[in-house]
Amino acid sequence: MTRSLDFLAFLGRALIACCRLLGDVAIFAATGVGHLLRPPFQFRQFTRHFIEIAYFSLPVVALTALFTGMVLALQSFTGFSRFNAESAIASVVVLSVTRELGPVLAALMVAGRIGAAMAAEIGTMRVTDQIDALTTLSTDPMKYLVAPRLLAATLAMPLLVIVADILGVLGGFLIGTVKLGFVAQTYLDNTFDVLEVMDVVSGLVKAAVFGFVIALMGSWCGYHSRGGAEGVGQATTRAVVASSILILALDYVITEAFFSR
Amino acid sequence: MSPTPKIRLRGLQKTFGSKRVLDGVDLDVRAGHSMVLLGGSGSGKSVTIKCILGLITPDAGLIEIDGQDVSKLSRRDREALRDRTGMLFQNGALFDSLPVWENVCFKLLAQKRITRAAARDKAAEVLALVGLAASVGDLSPSELSGGMQKRVALARAVASEPDIIFFDEPTTGLDPIMGAVIDGLIVDCVQRLGATAFSITHDMASARRIGDDAAMIHKGRIIWTGGAASLGETGNAMVDQFARGEREGPIQMELRR
Repeated sequence: MTRSLDFLAFLGRALIACCRLLGDVAIFAATGVGHLLRPPFQFRQFTRHFIEIAYFSLPVVALTALFTGMVLALQSFTGFSRFNAESAIASVVVLSVTRELGPVLAALMVAGRIGAAMAAEIGTMRVTDQIDALTTLSTDPMKYLVAPRLLAATLAMPLLVIVADILGVLGGFLIGTVKLGFVAQTYLDNTFDVLEVMDVVSGLVKAAVFGFVIALMGSWCGYHSRGGAEGVGQATTRAVVASSILILALDYVITEAFFSR
Repeated sequence: MSPTPKIRLRGLQKTFGSKRVLDGVDLDVRAGHSMVLLGGSGSGKSVTIKCILGLITPDAGLIEIDGQDVSKLSRRDREALRDRTGMLFQNGALFDSLPVWENVCFKLLAQKRITRAAARDKAAEVLALVGLAASVGDLSPSELSGGMQKRVALARAVASEPDIIFFDEPTTGLDPIMGAVIDGLIVDCVQRLGATAFSITHDMASARRIGDDAAMIHKGRIIWTGGAASLGETGNAMVDQFARGEREGPIQMELRR
């Protein structure tokens, strides 16, 4: 009896801690977004982070998308040829890339690159008193550090996903025409016949949400890091793990919202 | 009737977990004077200064600046109060992502009191006050030695010409000569601005050089206040032991076994 009560108490404590954490993150996000609506605006900080995310993440996102499209075409061919359904390859590639693989893989890559960097930079600022210094210099750390990152990631991710979509389809096209012997015009016709505006839009909405989540978790974990270099390292790991899990979970939620019948 | 102190603390309390760090701190800092708060590691010095600056919210007690209870200030008044204060952090806390000149003029730029073009000239002017060449302004903080970082941090603290300046262990980590240089610069800057200074340190030589008044905090309470010049001969056994750095005396170091 005592053991089962202890277990219930443990579950209760865990649930309360989970609710408290969710509440804290929600307040943190709302405060950050609130600063985007109130001047002064940190254009310089926004520009710096936008370039860092949108421009410097291009190579890794582009390569990921290109190879994913190539592998997808190849795998689809080997699988579909068993059912004489090779003609569906172009459709599978374009729908998979625009709806799922483009936004999700780009977001996971950016989470590893940018989310970790955000947590490390803000975490280092926390443990070296730079965040306290901002406050004493009449600057709200949320406005200066968090709000520009949230906006930059939310706007940059859809641009990266547009590039990922194009290169993913291009990868499938290259394999389809060069290696698998499809006629280029037929492959393109199959691609664009099946593609609808909502496929691309849903991917871009996902990208914006994922961008917000990456910046939020990177900023949150860095902002609350403690205990020197080890604490910053832990914050960086937490940021990448939390944003990756949230990306995959929110991917399901958004897919359900767009395509569930 | 005595004039209103610039900073007045009464019954300040702060607890972290089960550890009571401040246990009813009472202290007055006279306007235009330099107060040095002494105390061992973990005695509550840094928490006191962070409470005054609003970086930590005390559990209980009163903090008055110019006779105004800071806990009752509106957000705008609190921001206005911050505009009048400067702070030199123990490790400098310079922003790595910005060059030195932008660090020095950060507050002026944030408040749009100066253009970016004018900020370079202003930074050169303030850097000269702390003995650094204008060319240092283009360097990154990571390219500076510890002493130079302290000077830049001092330049940043005084650039907006505040009327209250806080110094958190300004000479920690510096060699004795550089420590004396930094102390001299602090005294010069504070006198030039006519500011009130509040420093925390456990460096006795530094305390005597920069302080007019001194106080000692022990186990979260102020146990002595007096003139900084009298440190070492105060008649208070704890303060004298601390000032002379003696192992034997009423203060016993708590050791974990």
